[in-house]
Amino acid sequence: MYEGDGVRSPYGGLLEWSRDMPAELRSLKQSEAEALFRRIGITFAVYGEGGSPDRLIPFDMFPRVFAADEWARLERGVKQRARALNAFLCDVYGRGEIVRAGRIPARLVYRNEAYETAVCGFVPPKGVYSHIVGVDLVRTAADEFFVLEDNCRTPSGVSYMLENREIMMRMFPALFQENRIAPVENYPSLLRRTLASVAPAKCEGEPRVVILTPGHFNSAYYEHSFLADMMGVELVEGADLFVEGDFCWMRTTEGPKRVDVIYRRIDDAFIDPLCFRQDSMLGVPGLMNVYRSGGVSICSAPGAGVADDKAIYTYVPEMIRFYLGEAPILKNVPTWQCAKDDDCRYVLENLAELVVKEVHGSGGYGMLIGPQADAATLALFAAKIREKPWNYIAQPTLALSTCPTFVESGVAPRHVDLRPYCLVGETIELVPGGLTRVALTEGSLVVNSSQGGGVKDTWVMAE
Amino acid sequence: MRLQISHETVYRFDPPMRGVVQSHRMTPSQFEGQQVIHWSIDVAGAERGASFRDGAGDWIKTVSLLGPVSEVRVMVQGVVETRDLSGVLRGHRETVPPDAYLRPTEATQPEVVVRALAEQALADAEEGALARAHALAGAVADAIDYRPGETAAGTTAAEALTLGRGVCQDHTHALLAVARVSDIPARYVTGYLESGADGGAHEASHAWAELFVDGIGWIGFDAANRCCPDERYVRLGSGHDAQGAAPIRGVADGLGVEAMTIDVSVTPETQSQSQSQSQTQQ
Repeated sequence: MYEGDGVRSPYGGLLEWSRDMPAELRSLKQSEAEALFRRIGITFAVYGEGGSPDRLIPFDMFPRVFAADEWARLERGVKQRARALNAFLCDVYGRGEIVRAGRIPARLVYRNEAYETAVCGFVPPKGVYSHIVGVDLVRTAADEFFVLEDNCRTPSGVSYMLENREIMMRMFPALFQENRIAPVENYPSLLRRTLASVAPAKCEGEPRVVILTPGHFNSAYYEHSFLADMMGVELVEGADLFVEGDFCWMRTTEGPKRVDVIYRRIDDAFIDPLCFRQDSMLGVPGLMNVYRSGGVSICSAPGAGVADDKAIYTYVPEMIRFYLGEAPILKNVPTWQCAKDDDCRYVLENLAELVVKEVHGSGGYGMLIGPQADAATLALFAAKIREKPWNYIAQPTLALSTCPTFVESGVAPRHVDLRPYCLVGETIELVPGGLTRVALTEGSLVVNSSQGGGVKDTWVMAE
Repeated sequence: MRLQISHETVYRFDPPMRGVVQSHRMTPSQFEGQQVIHWSIDVAGAERGASFRDGAGDWIKTVSLLGPVSEVRVMVQGVVETRDLSGVLRGHRETVPPDAYLRPTEATQPEVVVRALAEQALADAEEGALARAHALAGAVADAIDYRPGETAAGTTAAEALTLGRGVCQDHTHALLAVARVSDIPARYVTGYLESGADGGAHEASHAWAELFVDGIGWIGFDAANRCCPDERYVRLGSGHDAQGAAPIRGVADGLGVEAMTIDVSVTPETQSQSQSQSQTQQ
């Protein structure tokens, strides 16, 4: 985070710290960090490049820092967004007031692939659909943040937030004595409390929470098992659960145990072959019937995905005004929908200045960054957009903020983004921190780990 | 009309399964056109589970059986008093927005043959949403001849239209597909049909379409019989297509081979004659 000629004040001491670090110590620490990540087994999967898909994510030791007052504003903005997204979900599976009022086109909501008619009219406990909202943010000026996208289903990456902190504390304990850094270690207990707070009314006693994973071949399996460990709950696969009577049960060596809350990390389509995809082997037959009759809670609620669609994203500021009667604190990036003729024309005429994304894409795949693309790539994308305009949206290329980052030659600015994880249950909580992703290549704007991005520890300074 | 219904579905597994879970959409809908006098769904040896009314207004019940399971016998019996409402689903409580039924499914993709039929039917249609719906239902009836045994459970609307032959499931999928490409919300409905002494016994367990007409609401169209549902029809539930609306959806845990037999009879309560149908699937 640079301001004028120097770094912003929260970084003051850190720049000296990095300058004073001898080169040998730095490379020693870097390999120590790598060894720690390897020992923990933290990897991520990259698809489409051949070879073994499991890789170590590059870790940059230079932390990203927020001052307390900067964070306070960000926190209000993220919580505001999480409240509005949940209000929207409650509404579109209920009376649909926002559609009736003409504030969002019915077509975008009800014809959306992520809209689940199976949950229409059913209100989940506490009216919460999205219990973990990951909001992807970039900073473009000292006081200006833009939201790139919302993740209302199963945002991943929170294990990196926790591991990055853990590793920094182990390697540089002195930094944590000299600086008053707000803790993030309580995230797992907050997550558990959030999940327990949405147990169904039929739950008796202490709610039993489990994490449902598609299995070890999933790219985020490490995170599923990590979170289960940290929360002290069972990690289960579909075959470990079954439906009998009005409830869902977990097979254990001591006999069946009733499950109250399922934090699922599998997609809607695979949750229950009796309700969704009949060929799914990952889910639990009959689970949706138990859910819809109030026998178990599923987090995030099936159908929550309709709120984080890239076409719906455009309307989030409208949701904030409509449901909360407030002015949006965080800005949306102006977005052109290629499905609209006028927008599509503009996008095709200005392709070289824009970022183009697939409506349902994620992970930085199938994306165009106009200013960095050659003529052939631009022509290819223009053809793709003409062929399936509804599949694309475009945004201006933002002047992303940079953060000091260790590079070969010392310390240099690299572009970063931020994903904080907002927990929504009986209360709304946001731990002071998040996942900072950094584009390690000079000038690059793509921070996705699948595209050569790295991660950093994220510090929020205590008041 | 007072209709007596008896519907038995038997699944046999060889070798036996470790367990079976089924979701039933087999309770008559609650609306002005029909009133349940009595109704029962029995599955010998099964544990009854979650039961609720979903957003589409259907009654859903779950049953589970712990293994070894070599047979599941689902016995439905009841009496329903029906009225002719010219197909209109009046007084039915539901919360799913009609626009949600504009989305195509795998069985109802808007392929060329679908678009062509819809355009042709609407070119000759009179003004008004109701006339357009009737025109589409008529066009589907003309395009597909009733012929059992030529299509399968997985046949799509486009395949049936290309073949020009099929059963009530194919007529219904085709009507859903042409309605949705014409921006008319449409859904698959399952139920029973009393088709009289001279009617086909095959029709007792039946399917038809409902199209949403602005200003009126959901209206049934039975393209296979070129009519709208009347007092001979009993409505059970709906979905986006045959799979979504299926009266029984089940999953068995194990490697056994499944065989299913169905026996249905729908008779006016006072009469003694009945139609029944039997079919075997391997």
